[in-house]
Amino acid sequence: MKEQSTSVASLERQLKKHSKAAKLEVWGRVVSFSALVLIVAVVVAIIGFVASKGIATFTTNHVSLWDFLTGKNWNPGIKDAHGKPEVGALSMIVGSFLITILSALIATPFAIGTAVFMNEISPNRGAKILRPVTELLVGIPSVVYGFIGLSVVVPFTRSVFGGSGFGILSGTFVLFVMVLPTVTSMSADALRAVPRFYREASLALGATQWQTIYKVVLRAATPGLMTAVVFGMARAFGEALAVQMVIGNAALMPHSLVDPAATLTSVLTTGIGNTVMGSLQNNALWSLALVLLLMSLVFNLIVRLIGRKGRLQ
Amino acid sequence: MHKAKLQNKIAIGSLYGISGLVVLILVALLGYILVSGLPQLSWHFLTAPAKAFLKGGGVGVQLFNSFYLLILAMLISFPIALGAAIYLYEYAKDNWVTSAVRTAIEILSSLPSVVVGLFGFLFFVVKLRLGFSILSGAFALTFFNLPLLTRSIEDSLRTVSENQREGGLALGLSRWETVNKIILPAAVPSILTGVILSAGRVFGEAAALIYTAGQSAPALNFADWNPFNISSPLNPMRPAETLAVHIWKINSEGIMPDAKAISSGSSAVLVIAILLFNFAARYLGKRLYKRLTSA
Amino acid sequence: MTKKRWFQGIGLILLVALGVFAYQTRQVSHAGQSITAVGSTALQPLVEAAGEQYTGEHLGTFINVQGGGTGTGLSQIQEGAVQIGNSDLFASEQKGITSKQLVDHRVAVVGITPIVNRKNGVQNLTTQQLTAVFTGQVTNWKQVGGADRPIVIINRAQGSGTRATFEKFGMNGHRSRTAQEQDSSGMVRQIVATTPGAISYVAFSYVDKTVDALHLNGVAPTEANVIDNHWKIWSYEHLYTNGQPTGLTKDFIAYVESPAIQKTLVRQLGYLSPDQMHIERDVTGKVTQIGGAR
Repeated sequence: MKEQSTSVASLERQLKKHSKAAKLEVWGRVVSFSALVLIVAVVVAIIGFVASKGIATFTTNHVSLWDFLTGKNWNPGIKDAHGKPEVGALSMIVGSFLITILSALIATPFAIGTAVFMNEISPNRGAKILRPVTELLVGIPSVVYGFIGLSVVVPFTRSVFGGSGFGILSGTFVLFVMVLPTVTSMSADALRAVPRFYREASLALGATQWQTIYKVVLRAATPGLMTAVVFGMARAFGEALAVQMVIGNAALMPHSLVDPAATLTSVLTTGIGNTVMGSLQNNALWSLALVLLLMSLVFNLIVRLIGRKGRLQ
Repeated sequence: MHKAKLQNKIAIGSLYGISGLVVLILVALLGYILVSGLPQLSWHFLTAPAKAFLKGGGVGVQLFNSFYLLILAMLISFPIALGAAIYLYEYAKDNWVTSAVRTAIEILSSLPSVVVGLFGFLFFVVKLRLGFSILSGAFALTFFNLPLLTRSIEDSLRTVSENQREGGLALGLSRWETVNKIILPAAVPSILTGVILSAGRVFGEAAALIYTAGQSAPALNFADWNPFNISSPLNPMRPAETLAVHIWKINSEGIMPDAKAISSGSSAVLVIAILLFNFAARYLGKRLYKRLTSA
Repeated sequence: MTKKRWFQGIGLILLVALGVFAYQTRQVSHAGQSITAVGSTALQPLVEAAGEQYTGEHLGTFINVQGGGTGTGLSQIQEGAVQIGNSDLFASEQKGITSKQLVDHRVAVVGITPIVNRKNGVQNLTTQQLTAVFTGQVTNWKQVGGADRPIVIINRAQGSGTRATFEKFGMNGHRSRTAQEQDSSGMVRQIVATTPGAISYVAFSYVDKTVDALHLNGVAPTEANVIDNHWKIWSYEHLYTNGQPTGLTKDFIAYVESPAIQKTLVRQLGYLSPDQMHIERDVTGKVTQIGGAR
């Protein structure tokens, strides 16, 4: 009797003990979770850092938020007639939006067209030529894009469209080439996610290839394609060095596409090394960074909204 | 029906045209860089140290720095990104917290890198007293790289079919074992593509490094591999200008007479390096995939 | 499995042993002093080259020279985070610098000249004309005797030392109208060279045959004219320290100020040495004769 009860107890112990796999499971969970926590900490640190510096313009330097968002003069070192510093960011916000939307408008048809070609018409050539080339282009540093812009795009714009060549139009061309690979490869992913039987059903009904692509595949992939475009816009919005070299960096309201203009990033990168930490000039630049951050938040929310809509359908 | 067929022909034709044009633009771009850069390349250019204001400097030190920094940054960021992506995709519940974390990560990825660079400068260089060093640069690159890498690994995990996951669990494997033994091997080629793409971006990054790894490249003694010596190439505490930073610097303030030649030569080197990465990683990915899945 | 563990263990021990060995055999002489200089990108090549020479002659020292811009250099020296701040400006000219502790060491003089695109057809301007061009009162080159071509102004970034000097001495303190801004001399020169109608300003050392340097009131932008202050648009390059320098910082600054550097590197990099100047100018622009080369 006694022996039996001990063996039952040991069996119980054995059964209650976590198996090796279960221990590994806990371990894996903890490790992967702490990696995530680390990333979140990094993100929070940077966002907190930018926010605290960016808000200082309004709290310690007492610039009104309204003046900042609607003012058209950007000379943080100089006081205007009312003794307030000139920190109007409107011209840069407008510049950033114009250049982002224009480049997305041009890039979208090209990117989606290429993605359709890669996926629907000639998958072989797509995999062999287009995909490697697009991936390669992602790795070209923006400095190099900027210099090609300066030596090829700016003279081209000057001779064809007039003006000095520096301006939103040149920036648009450069950004178009820069976001093209990103949007193309994301669009291709979206098209790939459309189930095969959609196409087969449409072709079986007697639709031509184009009708299938236009009426079935593209419709089904719309949320994914929208996401790709918005993502490309977010990249364009945050791009600094290349745009800075071709847009001219004049903090003026853009009157035409060939006049020099400025974007949030171009002013930020041009000025940050020339200002002293903690001064109004420096804080005002961080406020621009904060605007950028908020804008990419908005872009992300849009992507998310599109994604949710796509799932509901 | 005739009309539909004609329409079909026109549409397909124009798609050919569009993709042809895109390829043309991209090839012209690459061609421009290579044509203007290749004539500058020579063994001397690839190995000699840079000169501050005289003709005939090379990019040897910068080239080495770029690779060393890339490897360090990848060593730090890859495990973290992998862990985070696994947790996000395999473990995390689909609720608002997860969604907020994803949004935060993506916001970080669209921040201009100069902001990341300045943050790295104030935090690593000044606060943690790491100074202008490879280590500071590697941490800054990690910050810059993590969101991209996490996102792309998560996407790779998503491409592995749900059946495989269910199969693993049905065999009585724990979730972690399923991930480790089934999902990851199947996702390797796609993860690798993500790693190459982000490596390319890291390799060409300049703005985040100007304030962290620094803009000067002291001469190195390539016979000295002791990482504690200041002139050793392996020392992680020395300032290290990379190739992309070098291009930026000589284009902005360079006063050497052959600045233009050096800058186009360096650009070509960068592009060729990224090209080699792509080929190497593609080859490795194929072999690794075969070994991991068929064994 | 256990065999694999064994190999892993041995590998780890070897690695640690190698690390210890490397640490033990490190070059102790290099574990000496090191200082960091941060700031002006324009001044960086000079300080960097001087630093290399100095460390070559004094084993066991290390001079770490970085760019980042004048603003960064001055804020870091004010915070005491670095030993030397490189600046294109007097510290008191830079907004946000409040420290009275900063000590100025002038190591070079840089002449700045207006440059124009070669096809503008203008070789000489008066100060009034130059001011009118940059303030936007004149918008076509034909109004100042050149070709019929609109004027394209290219400025340096706000807060740049070159721009501050140019506006102070070239335009009598007037402020340029808002126009294109670039944050480096190399970019400015390239843009002026390729853009018809362009005008900007760079340091003498950046002038080459792709652009035309303008005469101002009939005075040519030459070093001889800077030395006796006939050419007014010039400034000092400064090394700032927080308090009087000590130790390696002091030795290094003395080295940069010594003829060994002033007669060689400073000249080779296209600067003038403060020793050559016949006059001295303070932060308010007051000029004193110092009676020729010392």
